[in-house]
Amino acid sequence: MLSYYSQLGLRSLRRSPLLSSLMILAIALGISASVSVATVNHLMSSNPIPHKSEQLYYVQLDSWSPFEPAREPNEPPDQITWTDALNLMEASAGLRQSAMASSGAVLEPSDPDQNPFMVSLRLNFSDFFALFDTPFLYGSGWQREDDEQRAYVAVITRAMNDRLFGGENSVGETITLAGKPFRVVGVLDTWQPVPKFYDVTVGAFNTAEDVFIPFYMKQQLELSNGGNTNCWKSPDGEGFEAFLNSECVNYQFWVELPTEGDKAAYINFLNSYVEQQKQLGRFERPLNNRLSNVMQWLENEEVVADDAQIMLYMAFMFLFVCLVNTVGLLLAKFAGKTPEIALRRAVGASRKDIFIQHMIESACIGILGGLLGLLMTLGGLEAIKQLYGDYMQNLVKLDLTMIAFAIILSLLSSLLAGLYPTWRACAVQPASQLKL
Amino acid sequence: MNLSRLEIGPLWRALLRNKVGASLIAIQVAVTMAIVINSLAIVIQRDAMMQRDSGLDEDNTFYITSTGYANDFNAQVSVTDDLSRLREMPGIVNAIQINAIPISGGGWSMSLAKTPGDDVETTNTAVYMVDENALETLDLSLVAGREFTPQEIRWRQPSQPNWPSLTIITEALAKSMFDSANNALGQTVYIGDEEPMTIIGVVDQLQAPWVGWSNLEHSMLSPENMAFTSTRYLVRTQAGQRDRMMLEVEEMLSSSQSGRIIRDTTTLTETRDRSYQQHEAMITLLLTVISALLLITIAGIVGLASFSVQKRQQHIGTKRALGATQIDILRFFLLENMLISGVGIILGTLCTVGLNIALVQWFHVTPLAWYYIPAGALVLIIAGQVAVLAPAKNAASISPAMATRAI
Repeated sequence: MLSYYSQLGLRSLRRSPLLSSLMILAIALGISASVSVATVNHLMSSNPIPHKSEQLYYVQLDSWSPFEPAREPNEPPDQITWTDALNLMEASAGLRQSAMASSGAVLEPSDPDQNPFMVSLRLNFSDFFALFDTPFLYGSGWQREDDEQRAYVAVITRAMNDRLFGGENSVGETITLAGKPFRVVGVLDTWQPVPKFYDVTVGAFNTAEDVFIPFYMKQQLELSNGGNTNCWKSPDGEGFEAFLNSECVNYQFWVELPTEGDKAAYINFLNSYVEQQKQLGRFERPLNNRLSNVMQWLENEEVVADDAQIMLYMAFMFLFVCLVNTVGLLLAKFAGKTPEIALRRAVGASRKDIFIQHMIESACIGILGGLLGLLMTLGGLEAIKQLYGDYMQNLVKLDLTMIAFAIILSLLSSLLAGLYPTWRACAVQPASQLKL
Repeated sequence: MNLSRLEIGPLWRALLRNKVGASLIAIQVAVTMAIVINSLAIVIQRDAMMQRDSGLDEDNTFYITSTGYANDFNAQVSVTDDLSRLREMPGIVNAIQINAIPISGGGWSMSLAKTPGDDVETTNTAVYMVDENALETLDLSLVAGREFTPQEIRWRQPSQPNWPSLTIITEALAKSMFDSANNALGQTVYIGDEEPMTIIGVVDQLQAPWVGWSNLEHSMLSPENMAFTSTRYLVRTQAGQRDRMMLEVEEMLSSSQSGRIIRDTTTLTETRDRSYQQHEAMITLLLTVISALLLITIAGIVGLASFSVQKRQQHIGTKRALGATQIDILRFFLLENMLISGVGIILGTLCTVGLNIALVQWFHVTPLAWYYIPAGALVLIIAGQVAVLAPAKNAASISPAMATRAI
């Protein structure tokens, strides 16, 4: 029965090609607009580390000026100071934790045919890799002792390994970074969390860093500040050390707390830490420490761009117009079929049969519109990628969820659109058209 | 004109008989109007944003980064050397070392106060560290005061926290702090709480690095060269020479010294495009939505009107047989559409305002100016009339003989 009705539906669509293609096109346009924009929003608001996102917490401490908050109304700064980063690491009060920062340096390849080039650096502690479950292609992260001993060790990305070592296992090889020889201890497999949640300060959708080295290298090699540096007062004294030890914030801090109890204990720890710092004349603002899990932090930092959300609303309203349009056209189409419906009723089709037949005809439009819409979505996403450039490159991948969403959305939309016209079709009296 | 005789009454009754078809059109018109007007307002705002002038001679300016990595790399010698070579090159108007590039997205900001101390009112500004060649390179002209002299330029060492004692500021910053350029001249401002800087000059316009910043026009010049291993040069070329000079400068800097890399040669035009890329993209997307939406709505009107003409063939034929002229029939359908659109526009005005309130509330969009609504309404009325014209013409051409068919 289903296949018979589908055939009837498709035949009916062929009978008025202009009207049918208009309906299919309207559904397709609505679907492609909604699904393209929804894909971007979906990826912007996706959970980058679902299995652990509720156990990883971003730490904020209110070390800001006594005269004004870091951000209105009374928000603590979004990063912490060097001093606090080291103190929290030393206390080691969570299961795993890592302070981190971004920087850059010149890498001199050992192959003399390759020119030196700039690489982006992430400075972090050994826990970083276990904290975020980074995938390793070769080797592993460095050990805790390496942090303390300020060992010249590095983890490089797969892309960097391809560039420097032609994709071979480079564990044990040496790279020259900022003029110093670093031993490669691990090569990451492709790792691009979207959003790049562990540091969103200069863009939540940027590409992950090229090279990871121990946090203390910041001091050891006097590496420059990457990302944002915010200060509410000038450093006391001159030179790199004074700048490091200033009240300027440029560091991020993540801690893993598996249970609610751990979280409560960590909040207590932070509060007592700040109280103790107050004794030293720092932290002049009232106690205002924050722990945010991954999704809370992304929400807090508003990583989903306003423009993307505006486009989402516009796109769904656009789909709505397309649907209203389709309702009107279906109404016209089914009305044109009145004699046929009356005839079918007269030869024995029940209202239910007519209902099913026309809902299936509507579904045919939905499926055709959905398929065309999916094709157009690919075009739409490509257009978004072209328009936005690098910013969107990690945000325009159509995944299975979105494909299913597109099909279901178009099917539902067309069935919804078909409901009223079908009801009207069912109301046709068998006798009404049999006059002649 | 015979409007009173004209079918307003029968028209309404006809419409009421086909409530659903008419409401579908009215709803489409209403939602289309809300989206089109609000989108267009955003497009116009973004476009105005993109038209703002950075102050630079953008078409003839580029910048290039030099990063030293050799252990014996001497930043101070390198900068002095590079600058004198750059300034000697034919085709170059002037060149400077600079800590940040206007409208590029990355830079330094500081807050300035009129009195020293830590609990005082401050004004935020972008800081550009430049030497005495800044005005010509950045294409700035003095509104008041004077330029820096070569003797006033100092060297800033890495992590050096203090500031020189002189500054030149933009007119916008002067107005924010001292109401006018002339008032600002000779005044002392305090940077980083207590260090005094005297304003010796005011320039017309120079934008900060952040195009989304509310203080975009606030910039100050600090007279210093930087002894940093990684540094940028901003180069202004003679008209039309930019692309050629980019290659020559890259070549010259790369070959003049070893132990460093020369990278990221970028034009100001590229920088502008990148900084405004999201706005440009938004404009394109919204214009696409607007056009698609208008097309869909027009197509919908054509479809439904054709259907209604087809359904009313006998009726129209009867009217024609009873003496209605072709013009009467045409007018009937145009007027019918006008009425439906009218209802749609009343509904649409509510939707437009509602959507605008939501956008303002949630996304800090600037509220709509009132005249967008009548303008948008007019566009939709015209679109509706155009759409209904073809079906209405078909209706008008129905022969009176149709009246006799199949009754």
